[in-house]
Amino acid sequence: MSDFLDILTNPSFWVAVLRIATPLIVGTLGVLLCERAGVLNLGIEGIMVAGAFTGWLAVYAGAPLWGGVLVAALTGAVLGLLHAFLTVVLALSQHVSGLGITLLATALSYYGYRVSFPKVSTPPTITPFQEMGWLGLPILSQQTPLTLLALVAVPVVAYMLYRTPVGLAVRMVGENPQAAEGQGVSVVAVRTGAIVLGSALMGVAGSFLTLSAFNAFFFNMVNGRGWICVALVVFASWRPGKALLGALLFAFFDALQLRLQQSGAAVLPYQMYLMLPYVLSILALVLVARRASYPQALMKPYRKGER
Amino acid sequence: MRLEKRQHSSALAMVLAPIGAVAFTLLVSTLLVLWAGAPVGQTYALLAQGAYGSVFALSETLTRAIPLMLTGLAATVAFKAKLFNIGAEGQLYVGAMAAVAVGGMHGGAGWDLPPALLFVLMLLAAALAGALLLLGPALMKARLGVDEVVTTLLLNFIVLLLVSLMLDGPMKDPTAMGWPQSVALRGELELSKLIPQTRLHTGLLGAVALAVALWALMKYTVLGFDIRALGANPRAAAFSGVPVTRTVVMVALLSGGLAGLAGAIEVAGRTSYLTLDMSPGYGYSGIVIAMLAALHPLAVVVASVFVAGMLVGADSMSRAVGVPTFIADVIVAASLISVLVATLLTQYRVRWR
Amino acid sequence: MTDPVLSLSNISKRFGNVVANDAISLDLQAGEILALLGENGAGKSTLVSILFGHYTADAGSITVFGQPLPAGDPKAALAAGIGMVHQHFTLADNLSVLDNVMLGSESLWQALTRKAAARAKLVQVGQRFGLGVDADALVGKLSVGERQRVEILKALYRGARILILDEPTAVLTPQESEALFGVLAQMVAQGLSIIFISHKLTEVLRVSNRVAVLRAGKLVAQADARDTTQAQLAQWMVGRAISPPQRRPSKHLGKAVCVLEEVSTAHARERLNRASLTLHGGEIVAIAGVSGNGQVALAEVLSGTRRITGGRITLMGQAMPQVASELVALGVARVPEDRHGVGLIGDLPVWENAISERLRSGAFSRGPWVKRRAAQAYAKAVITRFDVRGGGPTTAARSLSGGNMQKLVLGRALMHPGSLAEPDSAAFIPNLIVAHQPTWGLDIGAVAFIHEQLIAARDAGAAVLLISDDLDEVLTLGDRVAVMHGGQLSQARAALDWSRESIGLAMAGAEGVAHAA
Repeated sequence: MSDFLDILTNPSFWVAVLRIATPLIVGTLGVLLCERAGVLNLGIEGIMVAGAFTGWLAVYAGAPLWGGVLVAALTGAVLGLLHAFLTVVLALSQHVSGLGITLLATALSYYGYRVSFPKVSTPPTITPFQEMGWLGLPILSQQTPLTLLALVAVPVVAYMLYRTPVGLAVRMVGENPQAAEGQGVSVVAVRTGAIVLGSALMGVAGSFLTLSAFNAFFFNMVNGRGWICVALVVFASWRPGKALLGALLFAFFDALQLRLQQSGAAVLPYQMYLMLPYVLSILALVLVARRASYPQALMKPYRKGER
Repeated sequence: MRLEKRQHSSALAMVLAPIGAVAFTLLVSTLLVLWAGAPVGQTYALLAQGAYGSVFALSETLTRAIPLMLTGLAATVAFKAKLFNIGAEGQLYVGAMAAVAVGGMHGGAGWDLPPALLFVLMLLAAALAGALLLLGPALMKARLGVDEVVTTLLLNFIVLLLVSLMLDGPMKDPTAMGWPQSVALRGELELSKLIPQTRLHTGLLGAVALAVALWALMKYTVLGFDIRALGANPRAAAFSGVPVTRTVVMVALLSGGLAGLAGAIEVAGRTSYLTLDMSPGYGYSGIVIAMLAALHPLAVVVASVFVAGMLVGADSMSRAVGVPTFIADVIVAASLISVLVATLLTQYRVRWR
Repeated sequence: MTDPVLSLSNISKRFGNVVANDAISLDLQAGEILALLGENGAGKSTLVSILFGHYTADAGSITVFGQPLPAGDPKAALAAGIGMVHQHFTLADNLSVLDNVMLGSESLWQALTRKAAARAKLVQVGQRFGLGVDADALVGKLSVGERQRVEILKALYRGARILILDEPTAVLTPQESEALFGVLAQMVAQGLSIIFISHKLTEVLRVSNRVAVLRAGKLVAQADARDTTQAQLAQWMVGRAISPPQRRPSKHLGKAVCVLEEVSTAHARERLNRASLTLHGGEIVAIAGVSGNGQVALAEVLSGTRRITGGRITLMGQAMPQVASELVALGVARVPEDRHGVGLIGDLPVWENAISERLRSGAFSRGPWVKRRAAQAYAKAVITRFDVRGGGPTTAARSLSGGNMQKLVLGRALMHPGSLAEPDSAAFIPNLIVAHQPTWGLDIGAVAFIHEQLIAARDAGAAVLLISDDLDEVLTLGDRVAVMHGGQLSQARAALDWSRESIGLAMAGAEGVAHAA
């Protein structure tokens, strides 16, 4: 028990929590935007891999760090455009399109990495984002600028969703696309825009791993974070504020199990600690399921002009 | 631009569709080969040769196809019922774990039963393990409305950690000198080879037989009707008297069971051990295969051989020409997307405003 | 004569093989209420959907206030001053009234929603037309009448000067319909012109200035409302002289087949609340009521797809099972409201749909195996006897037209497999027929066919429960009529004992209407 308290009172623990939460916050916001517009985007896992790879590659090739982030966002946007084309224009199964994109994006990224660095045994590195010591705030000073970006993104997305006409359009398109069409709003345009923007965020979430948390690209780097974001969106009832809360909560448990392993207070085999985040996600889904107020048009294909 | 449903299936579209799909996939893969700086023609030739070009190549391809057929069938029956089982990977591993537990534990001696009986028990245990793993998410969906995509996906990660735990502890092979693998299966329980001096084992016959059995089940039995009805229109199915929860359970048993069997047959036929890396994503590939086969059990056999060919061919091609093996995964993913688009275009016409 | 505010010229539209609109030319004059009349399937909804931009016409043009209207673009229609009140409301339940109304009125590039101004404008528009509603209420919580008001306000808020209403009285009580007509008069006084779609002759003559009649996609007649009669309109609608439907009362009342005593169901949007009713063989009991008062619950309880939480139901003297397959085995024939979503499985072929509810009884299975040949023979028999056109046993059910789908649903419910061998045996007549909106959306020919089948079954001894929104159908077909309101059933009086006024009052839940069996 005292080990437990030791961990909690150590500020470096909370630094780790925020760091672990960052890609989850951004990724969850991305999924949230897509699902609010009525489209499930299971491409997130692959888009995060692709964002991690292309962002890192751009920096390795000489671009500034923020240039790398931009490249990752563009990669996500392009993949999002593909998903939008398949699911909104062609009205294909959203599950299959998303999974196909995850497979494609992951395979392309791994292929690209191998082609670019065929004979390396240790992954090549770049200089990642530095801590923001100039901030002078506890915990936040030890984060990188991308974490600040993530924290700012939450109120920005909330503002956009609830205070702007385009946000209302996104919400309406996810609830009743016929109603939106009847008010002169193009369902295809709004859904595509939401998916592209959401996927860009997913790409940025991936780039955090290679440009901030670590400094190189590894295989199996994303390791299910994308799927956890999909679970977190349900947990958050599709609200940005709760998404932040969910990501922090999840990161809390993830950081906790790492610390417990390291401190030697681990009573159970380390694998059981590693399982904890995934088990918690499933639990969260079950607990919230009954009360979940889905965007009503989520996962229902919309074909304009069809009788 | 919008889509309009076609009144009659156009013969032209039916022919152009698969050609278009192949063309798109070839375009993507050719660009990748060029990026790697390898000669295009030679690369494809080596790919085909490595997949089907010799008896050995064919035997390798068919060996790889076996677990793919089973996970493909697992995905087929689940997706037909609109139960999106993404957890075949985990179900495969628990199936393999159960097989080793029944057939290899206790110092490799297993239990004291005649081998034939033990073999059957082993397979049943594997199927049951896979089925139980899927049952949870399936019931959570049926009763609580929890989306099964995420729950089955997350379970994959949990299972892999569990396998790692088992390999470190209870199932550790004491003779392996620290290499993470389990105790071996008893020799008598291993599947015999179909072609001597190759890795191709009798599991192929079992997989094909299961494909035929699943096809017959879906087409000719009451359960098959229940599954198809539930997937096509759950409200109408319930109205007709289809027992919804019971059907969901049956689908979970079938799908999870097939994936679990994939794990058992891999252990019994190819590896003899449970290892962490025994499945390079067979569970996920099974989904792609099911979609390529348009959820038709017999077509799953063909699609599995295609995908297996790509994977095996890429391995051997890569050794010769240096194009990374991931090109196989790209080809498979690209074919999935292009087949989906092509199939859609046979049913819908594109209209420009 | 001033120029028309709206002018449609040679509008044509086909969906596959079906010609929905055939070279229709029509004008709307300023300040008039034009009724667009036609039976189901005549093309009325298609025409106004083209006008509003939901569909693009294959040929023809539209002029609004002298300007050509771009096709296929609701935004252009809205900008030109056209508003539409859809038959099936296009509202988002999870959003507020204000959100639903405001959507699309501000540019998507605007940085901030001007909510206060929008709210004020909504209040003002509501007052101008006498349509009050709470701007912040969640639409999902509103009653049907209130939701229609929101749907109307959406159009008025956007400054519509031409308003299209698609079958607006389908979901209203007679009194609410009167209130709506008052609102329409208000709108005309404020300078709007109105197109009013209906298939009900009485209201058309009551409320409109001019009537345009569509039949099979063509405009067959236009007349001043004062210069024409119901009989003339009916003849134009159907293409031949038809006599008003005759009552065919039951000749022989049998014993009680199904008794509901104080039946209640769990709390939900629609529920039963101590409903009581007795159904005898040889009679048709028709249930009138505004949709949403528990009719769905009643139908589902008797179809085996909803459980009761209070009271009892007996069938043939025994407690009625709450499992669909057992009900079918006991001779309950069920015709659900939603033929597309609940009655049939579109992706499956006709023969599998025909036997879907009898598979469990063993009639079409041997052990785990389906008896395909017997099933297809049965399907063929149903298709023949019930005149199901548009495909054979192996056609996918979704390719059938609405009317043929309904005939298939009715046929498989009424036709017992045993009757294939013994067509005239009385043993195979269903004991109870539960028909929920069986003629909704069908053309007159199909409606007549369905009615014939129900009457024939009744005359052979079946008990028929008919739940319908259509008062004319209820009063013509029913031997006894009960009214449903708030989950409760009024006393089932003889049809002739009800007047339109008393039924209207009961539908609105007026006091003094006794509840009993």
